[in-house]
Amino acid sequence: MKMPQEIKKASTMNLIAVAILLGAIAWLGFAQVFSSYIVGIFWLSCIGIIMATSLNLTNGFLGQMALGHAGFMLIGAYTSALLSLAMVRADVLAGDGVQQLIRFVICLVASALLAGLFGILVGIPALRLRGDYLAIITLGFGEIIRVVIQGIPWAGADGLGQGSASPVLYKTGLGFNNATKSHYMFFIALLTVLCVAVILTFIRSRFGRAIISIRDDEIASAASGIDTTFYKVMGFAFSAMFAGIAGSIFAACYSSLNTGNMGFMASVNYFVMVVFGGMGSITGSIVAAIGLTTLNEALRSFDEYRMLVYSVVLVLMMIFRPTGLMGTYEFSLTKTLGRFRGKGAGKKQEEEVQA
Amino acid sequence: MDNGTQLSTDRETPLIKVSHLGITFGGLRAVNDFNLEIGENELVGLIGPNGAGKTTVFNLLTGVYVPTEGDYFFLGQRMNGKKTHQVVQSGIARTFQNIRLFKQMTVLENVKVAMNPYYSYNLFSALFRTGKYWESEAENEAKARELLEIFNLQDKADYIAENLPYGQQRKLEIARALATGMKLLLLDEPAAGMNPTETAELLECIRIIRQRFNISILLIEHDMSLVMKICEHIIVIDYGTTIARGTPEEISSDPKVIAAYLGEED
Amino acid sequence: MSEFIQQAINGLRMGSVYALIALGYTMVYGIIRLINFAHGDFIMVGAYTMIFVIPVMLGFGLPAWTAVAAAVIVASAVGVTTEAVAYRPVRKRGTRMSALITAIAMSLFLENLAQVLFTSNPRVIKASIFSLPAVQIGAVKIDGTTLATIAIAAVTMVGLQLFIHKTKMGRAMRAVSEDKQASILMGINVNRTITLTFAIGSALAAVAALMYCAQYPSVMPTMGSMLGLKAFVAAVLGGIGIMPGAMLGGLTIGLVESLSKAYSATLTGGIITSAFSDAVVFGILIIVLLVKPAGILGKNQGEKV
Repeated sequence: MKMPQEIKKASTMNLIAVAILLGAIAWLGFAQVFSSYIVGIFWLSCIGIIMATSLNLTNGFLGQMALGHAGFMLIGAYTSALLSLAMVRADVLAGDGVQQLIRFVICLVASALLAGLFGILVGIPALRLRGDYLAIITLGFGEIIRVVIQGIPWAGADGLGQGSASPVLYKTGLGFNNATKSHYMFFIALLTVLCVAVILTFIRSRFGRAIISIRDDEIASAASGIDTTFYKVMGFAFSAMFAGIAGSIFAACYSSLNTGNMGFMASVNYFVMVVFGGMGSITGSIVAAIGLTTLNEALRSFDEYRMLVYSVVLVLMMIFRPTGLMGTYEFSLTKTLGRFRGKGAGKKQEEEVQA
Repeated sequence: MDNGTQLSTDRETPLIKVSHLGITFGGLRAVNDFNLEIGENELVGLIGPNGAGKTTVFNLLTGVYVPTEGDYFFLGQRMNGKKTHQVVQSGIARTFQNIRLFKQMTVLENVKVAMNPYYSYNLFSALFRTGKYWESEAENEAKARELLEIFNLQDKADYIAENLPYGQQRKLEIARALATGMKLLLLDEPAAGMNPTETAELLECIRIIRQRFNISILLIEHDMSLVMKICEHIIVIDYGTTIARGTPEEISSDPKVIAAYLGEED
Repeated sequence: MSEFIQQAINGLRMGSVYALIALGYTMVYGIIRLINFAHGDFIMVGAYTMIFVIPVMLGFGLPAWTAVAAAVIVASAVGVTTEAVAYRPVRKRGTRMSALITAIAMSLFLENLAQVLFTSNPRVIKASIFSLPAVQIGAVKIDGTTLATIAIAAVTMVGLQLFIHKTKMGRAMRAVSEDKQASILMGINVNRTITLTFAIGSALAAVAALMYCAQYPSVMPTMGSMLGLKAFVAAVLGGIGIMPGAMLGGLTIGLVESLSKAYSATLTGGIITSAFSDAVVFGILIIVLLVKPAGILGKNQGEKV
């Protein structure tokens, strides 16, 4: 037995909408309509969406306050960077075009798996704690990851081939220049859509239910037969995987990597996105990710003022609207369209009755 | 009345057998030498003044606390040290004194959580929505709705749990415990805070589920009329120690019990 | 051996600074169960105050360290205001998580405010804060700053203990830490007690700033975050919410940090260098949280089912 009728209809509509969106992006991307600045913002927005939605899984749906999400992004970024560089140097799939695509995909998978593994390693000890302690310990782990990577000679400070104080110059083993980045907009968008879709299917399954039950009442969850430790670690590691994918995309964006870009401040950045959007609303995370990424880039020269304003808004939000902009609301294409059609259908019925 | 005797002489293997169970916190002996045997389809009451240790017994039996003395066996298996979810999966489920529902989930979802082991699909199937996912979800949803019908909650299936009136929240909690597929149900003051109508409904619920599911129930309750009406056997504890056990008639005339509740007579 | 003692004394000096900061964390956590992320930034506030006040004091012919009075006043004001404007409203209607988020937000606010006002360029305190002579004991030389730091810390900690145990307000603070509801029923003005706690905690941060700047006279907007984080580890190590724990934890972290910086390279054959000393401190945090989250002097408290 396959999907129930209503869900089939909804899925088809969603699929069509997404296909149209992706088609538009593909066309614009290949035509290289946008400036590299806009393309850059697009890539960063997609990274932001993946980071925010995956962080929402841990903070919003699992209800565990994790502050070291960027640490997993770091792992993903460096895994991809090093792996691709190694492949290029060993002349395995080293070319452009299709070879580049395959190389990228391999790196994505490797990053996801490694980040997920670290998610399990960090999660098992860390998730024994609750609330404030968990926040601190995940922060600590994030920093440790950063410091360790920084200290590794062939990855951190003196990096791959060219020496320099802190950034790693790895000269895009992933092979993305401005033109390629524009062409790949469609692929990145597709990747983002897939990630969000998978996160949604996770949440709306028995795994998601188990995780949400832990958030709502951990003791009752255990009393209902849920192995809370297992599901907490699973949720945490699952979310870390996506951070790894985001990190991989991040590595493709830049020709050098700096651990400073993915430290505590980055974690805070994504955390702010989740809080603003609403912990428990994937739609909110997406909207907040796009909005804040764009805002961040636009206000780059006013960095301190920007953070000043954010922190004030954050405090005000905690006082007056702690559920965030969207609370737990989820956008549904069918419901929104249904509202339009509902008005039309109602009218038609009236006409029929009168006739 | 002596401690540790069996409830009836013609028992084979009891559902649960508790021997000399106890726990000490720091210097305080919260539960001491607790003995209990419950067979199939029996309803036992656990009563005592406030702070006597009744909920502590529940916590011991469900793995929330690890006993410092004694053992307990369920369906022949030793349960000491098992974690809560393992105890539940073995077949003992409970409700809480202060209702613990998954407040932001719907009524139906609350029940589905407890049915988690009955969903047969794995992570891959969930993520990519294979046929197995849809089958399993539909099957279990039907079962969940059936369960809600017994408690007359089927119309409220999509209500957010915390929006239900108190009496129905309590019923949902019991439904959720039932959904785990348990054989022994521990009810912690299910009638607390209920008016007479709700209490009567609750009694009816308990009667129905006993009939339908062939389970045993261990009940903590303060409402004496309820206890006397439905319990076949009662254990009375005070300060962690069992002071009496027997049928409702025996208990209500036991001077020790009266003293514990009302104070000594001069 | 004398090298070891020298390093140990340095460790005690830094540990004294950590201890004072950790006390601030622990007091606030004890009373409202909040990890005040912004606490480290109160140090920074104190330090910047001194930058501006020290020249004034010198102008009046007073020694540089008298500027700590101003630092204490300003830091306390900032602490009390933060509590009143941000923490209290969130505490009233929010969850633990939103309180934590608010604390993080306040920390960001203070750091960025400082950055806007003073730029991120470090400012140097040109005057020497303590002009005390050094003391020589055998082969070990203890300079004036170290002596003053350890002495001030000791006096402050003793004073604090006396306050907590012998005064009415101190008792009120202990009462609210143990049981807020009961305290209200006993007629204790909980809000005032909380305000006082923040005031004292921030004052301690200001004194810590004095001691820190005496040794490292460079001040910048982010100086508080590392200091605060390490002091927080110290508070957790000793047992968060327990004041003697904060003192013990602070001194321990100071010692560990100093000794690991000095000896880690030699002990591990260069694998772990002093750059990793930060990671070592975090590592301690993680080990404590996993092995005994209640800390050395703490007691475990489960949740009532």
